[in-house]
Formats: sequence, C-alpha cells, structure tokens
Amino acid sequence: MTSVEIIIQSSYVIAAIAFVIGLKRMSSPTTARAGILLAGAGMLLATVVTFFYPGLENFLLIGAALFLGSLIAGITAKKVEMTDMPQMIALYNGMGGGAAAAIAAVELFKDHDLHVSVVTLALIGGVIGSISFSGSLIAFGKLQGLIKGSFRFKGQNLLNLIILLVISIVSIFIIFELGYINNPVMIIFIVALVLGITMTLPIGGADMPVVISLYNALTGLAVGFEGYVLQNYSMIIAGTVVGAAGTLLTQLMAKAMNRSLANVLFSGFGDTSTSESSDGTKGEMKPIEASDASIMMAFAQKVIVIPGYGMAVAQAQQKVWEFCQLLMERGVEVKFAIHPVAGRMPGHMNVLLAEAGVPYDFIFDADEINQEFKSCDVALVIGANDVVNPVARTDPSSPIYGMPILDADYSSNVIVVKRGQGAGFSGIENSLFFLDNTKMLYGDGKAVASDLVQSIKEL
Amino acid sequence: METFIAIYIFVLAAFTGYEVISKVPVILHTPLMSGSNFIHGIVLVGAIIALGFADTTLEKTIGFIGVLLASGNAVGGYVVTERMLEMFKSSKEND
Repeated sequence: MTSVEIIIQSSYVIAAIAFVIGLKRMSSPTTARAGILLAGAGMLLATVVTFFYPGLENFLLIGAALFLGSLIAGITAKKVEMTDMPQMIALYNGMGGGAAAAIAAVELFKDHDLHVSVVTLALIGGVIGSISFSGSLIAFGKLQGLIKGSFRFKGQNLLNLIILLVISIVSIFIIFELGYINNPVMIIFIVALVLGITMTLPIGGADMPVVISLYNALTGLAVGFEGYVLQNYSMIIAGTVVGAAGTLLTQLMAKAMNRSLANVLFSGFGDTSTSESSDGTKGEMKPIEASDASIMMAFAQKVIVIPGYGMAVAQAQQKVWEFCQLLMERGVEVKFAIHPVAGRMPGHMNVLLAEAGVPYDFIFDADEINQEFKSCDVALVIGANDVVNPVARTDPSSPIYGMPILDADYSSNVIVVKRGQGAGFSGIENSLFFLDNTKMLYGDGKAVASDLVQSIKEL
Repeated sequence: METFIAIYIFVLAAFTGYEVISKVPVILHTPLMSGSNFIHGIVLVGAIIALGFADTTLEKTIGFIGVLLASGNAVGGYVVTERMLEMFKSSKEND
C-alpha cells in the first residue's frame, strides 16, 4: 500500500465512523442537527480523497457530472416546500438506486475477469438499485400528483412474479456463461426497471411512505453490494447500515399504519372499502362558530390540538401556533398530539410544526398523550380525520379497524375544523363527527385559524 | 478470504444499523429516513471510481449518469435533512 492509498483508506474508515455516529445522533432531537453535520463532513472527506485514487481518469467527466448533479439537487432541495418533503426524499433516494445500478452496469460491461461472487453481487445490487430507481420515480410522481389513480389490474402479482423469474433466469445465464455477456446484462437492467414500475403503480398514495422507506432500505442494500464489487468497505458499511436501519424504519411505519408490509406491496387499500361508506354512523353533525369555539378554548384548562395533513395543505400551521400561544398566555395548557401517520409520512407533521416554530417539547406521540384525553377540556382536531376515527376501536368490519388512533372522543369537548362534510383520505365515514360532544367548525383551515386568533384577541 | 471478511463486515454493519435506529421517537422518522437516504449517498464514491476507470463510450456514458445521480442523492439528501433538522427546537432554546 502506498501512502496515498493509506490516506484514502483511513479517510474511508473515518467516514464510516462519522456515518454511524451521525445516524445515532440523528435519532434524538437534541443532537440531530449535529448528527447530520457530522455525517456530511464524513461524506465530503470520502468524496474528496476519492479523487486521489491511483489510476483514476476521466476527471473532466467526473467533475462535470458532479457539478451538474449537485447543482440540480442543491437548488431543488433548497426550494422544496416542507409539505412536499416525502416525494423529494423519494426522488433523491431513487437517484442513489440508479447510481448503484450504473456502477453495476459499468463493472459488468467492462472487459475484465470477475469472480463469480462479484458478478452475482453486482447483478443483485444492480437489479435492486434499478427497482429502487424506477419505483421511487413512480412514488415521486404519485405524491407530486403527476400520476393519478392506482392502476390495479388482475394478475399484477403474477406479472411481477414472471418478471422476477425472467431476471433470475437471465442472471443465472450471465453468472455461469461469463464469456457471452453484453446483451443479457442490458436485458436485466431494462426488465428490473420495468419491475420497479409495475410493483409501485398499483400502490395507493396513503401507503406511499412505507414504500419510499422500503426503497430507501433497498438502495442502501444495493450500495452495500456494489461496495463489495468495488472492494470499497465504506460503501459496504454505509450501505448495509442504511439497509438494516431502513428495514426497521419501514416496519415501524407499517406498524404505525396498522398495515403489514406484504399487505402494502401486494394489495390495494381503500379500493375494496369505498362501497361500504353508509354504515352505522347515526346522528348529525353540529356546527359551531369560530367565536364560540374560541371562547370555549380560552376558558378551558387543557386543550389538545390534533393536527393533520389538511392543516398543512391549508398552510394554517403558523396561525394555529399563534392561536395556541394566545391560549397559553391566558394560562391554558396546550399540547399537540401527533399520530404516527399524520402528514404524508411518519414524523412529517413534526417537521411541519417545527417549521411553524412549535417547540418539540409541546408535541407528543399517540402513546404519550392518549391517557390525557380523559382529563382534557377541548380537543381541537384540525385537518385530521381517519386518525381520530373511533371506528378503529369499535367496528371490526371497518378497514381501519385495529389501527392505533388518538382518543379524541374521550375528551369533554371536541372541535373539528373541516372544509366540508365528507369522508377522509381513505373514504371512511368518521363516527367522531357525529358524537354529542363534537362540534364542527367548517371552513378553510387557515381562515378558521385566523378567525380564532381574531376572536380570542377581542375577548 | 476477502469474501469472508466482507461477509463479517456486512453482518456487523447490519446489526449496527438495526441497533442505532431501534430507539428512535416517531417525531424523527421523516428526518431520519432522509438522513439515512443521505448516507447511502456514499454511492458517489463508487460512482466516481466506476467512471474514473471507464474505457469505452458506453461505460463512460453510464458512469457519467451514475456520478450525476449519486451526487444528486448526496447533495439533495444532505440539504433536505439539514433543513428539516435545523427547525427542531426546544421551548427552552432561543425563543
């Protein structure tokens, strides 16, 4: 090993350490910022030393690609709205998968003798990367609203199985017939890209976060495999760590949504349940004016706010937080209750509230706060629907039965801010809206929040 | 033997990833997913090496796309994660 190689390899070791510690720090809100900075420093170091790799050529091409990719991603990442964050994560993740596939393709096309294990892992990583690439692009398209509908058709699982079979057969052909390589490799990548599309298209928008998280884990795995191909241990470590962490994260998300991963991947949600919307919910919705609602909360002891994605769509979070601050000035205890799947992806609502300036120690998970609804005077539901639907506890025939919910119905009063009378994202009627202690405050989230602020100031 | 070293690394790294994430609160799921998304941006290193040793036009083209995509993953992932985490503040901090 020359001294240059020693410096490069030790830098990779340092980068790998920075990634693991960085990821660890990112799992606590107090140290999270330091975590990403550390991981970023590790990445910068690893990238810079790679330019000194002995025998490296094509610097102009590398520089151009690096500049272009960083520029485009940097600008879009700076501009993206917090509400659109999930699809941007999907997009950047897909790029990583595509890059892993590109590495596999270059290595396989190259005219050099590769060990059977290298060819095998290059292929597996390449296939996984390609699936993650095209699948993430579809996920992006769906969340961005570019692709509408869920494109379900009979025998889609069979089709995917056949595609997977084709990939396996061609792979075996490549692995054992090393002399004749060019065209089969091309076939594999194209078919894998198609598989990513056919796997993702039938999945509904509500399940997309789980899918994005899964593709994130898959990209990690693909990067790890390509690391083996290139004999680059920092890639193996970083890729595998993300692969494992991502798998766990995917499981946690699926659990929070009361869906199994198999369920998400192989069957649609909502499609089967749209017909049974008119079951069992009796009574009527009772409207309330903003001024009355505001008085009710101003003289309460404890108010729990339950925000949903609808609040973020209406850009109401700043106004809601302003209203809460006014309540707190009057001595009302205010807390935010976040359902794991509030927003487009678990934790997304926390990001949106943080953007509005809500400190994270006012924000509570479902497990932490569900006991408190019994002692709560007013639960303010704004833009949330399915996550407060008591049907999930009571009606075994409901598609959301068994999903953990926020027990808003246990509080003395419930105020629901809602655009109009209609079912939620999943198309399921919400029995909370029909309870005796529930009042409906109709209107656009932002306008309603402004009215609330206005009327509390006039008190 | 190299292969077995790689397998050891693979297994240990998998345990590490699992352990590091296992106690994360839900409030950080989105930033954490974004952060781990950034970390597999290390694929950039591999993409640079792949393009750096590419010979034919086909290899160079694919390698170029690889570096382009990988740098998008790394830079986009970093900026987005940093933007999200920057906003997380406690009520005790500068408010």
